Amino acid sequence: MSINATLIGQMITFTLLVWFTMKYVWPPIMQALEERKSKIAEGLAAAEKGQEEIKLAEKKATKLLKDAKDQAADIISSAQKRANEIVDESKINAVEEGDRMIKAAQAQIEQEISQAREGLRKDVSALALRAAEQILKEEIDKAKHKTILSKATEELG
Amino acid sequence: MASEGGATGYIVHHLTPLSVGEGFWTLHLDTLFFSMVLGGVFIWFFKSQAEKATAGVPNMTQNIAEMLVEFVDGQVKDSFHGKSKLIAPLGLTIFCWVFLWNLMDLIPVDLMSLIASLMGIEYLRVVPSTDLNATFALSISVFILIIFYSIKIKGVFGFAKELTCTPFGPFLMPFNLLLKVVEEIAKPISLGLRLFGNLYAGELIFILIALLPPLIQPALSFPWAIFHILIIVLQAFIFMVLTIVYLSMAHEDH
Repeated sequence: MSINATLIGQMITFTLLVWFTMKYVWPPIMQALEERKSKIAEGLAAAEKGQEEIKLAEKKATKLLKDAKDQAADIISSAQKRANEIVDESKINAVEEGDRMIKAAQAQIEQEISQAREGLRKDVSALALRAAEQILKEEIDKAKHKTILSKATEELG
Repeated sequence: MASEGGATGYIVHHLTPLSVGEGFWTLHLDTLFFSMVLGGVFIWFFKSQAEKATAGVPNMTQNIAEMLVEFVDGQVKDSFHGKSKLIAPLGLTIFCWVFLWNLMDLIPVDLMSLIASLMGIEYLRVVPSTDLNATFALSISVFILIIFYSIKIKGVFGFAKELTCTPFGPFLMPFNLLLKVVEEIAKPISLGLRLFGNLYAGELIFILIALLPPLIQPALSFPWAIFHILIIVLQAFIFMVLTIVYLSMAHEDH
């Protein structure tokens, strides 16, 4: 149970062990631990950030959806309005067209009537003339009463 | 085993180291051999883990190594406020090495000496912590570090001032010096003797249990071994923590 040179041997061994641990064991393990620590911290931060981004994106998506719905509603109402307008317009157009066609038809009818009247008048005057000729043939000299006849013809025409 | 030389002979046989040389230059070969082998185990384990250390997912053994490293690092950070590249690795070495020494205590007392006697070795003591030389080698190394850091941090004068002028002021210088010297010397002695005493006593009780009739032995050695699992870790832990505390005290300037 005496203190002896074993002590010195043990101290040398101990020194070597401590030196080796200090030089080759401690630094790499600590470095790895630090790296892992920062990695985990980064990962957690990234996860948090991702979650926030998801929230933002959700908000954005709902807003977009709402906008789209509003827009669709606007489009539908304006389309309906436009359709109504078109229907009204075409109604008015149709009425106008009908009026126009009626007027044209009436004009044509009137024209035809006046033409017929003209023809009839000519026929009547010719008939009258002939009749008058027939009557007057015996009594009136054609050349002598020419001016009176043409005047009557003009008055008829 | 108790037959040759009676119980006393058996106990003495078990507590006699394998030694060569005379007087001071005696070497306890068993202590040297086992502590070197255990130191090798420690170095091998941690070196292989340090090589594999990555920031990725650790495997089982890496976890063990990292747990020990973080445990020691936490202890150092708790009591030592400053920067030192030495103290934490020193603590890890002390904790693991002393733990492995103490672990040898759980090997059945007769097993290793039986193997040794078959190999022709007469005496063998497998637990290095039951050798005062081993425990004092550690505590004296720590003591040298305490003195070294005291002088390095506080300077020769600062350290001399601390030795002579505290705690009672400069007028009681010799008294102060006496107190301080006793205080400083007490550190390595208490460190070395505490570890030695605990493990020596533990080993002695294992030897005494081995002297009892074989049928009673398990009833006693089993609880004692379980209790000893606590002792061996606790003693290694105490040695490490006190080393850290002493060194941080040496770093503090009053």
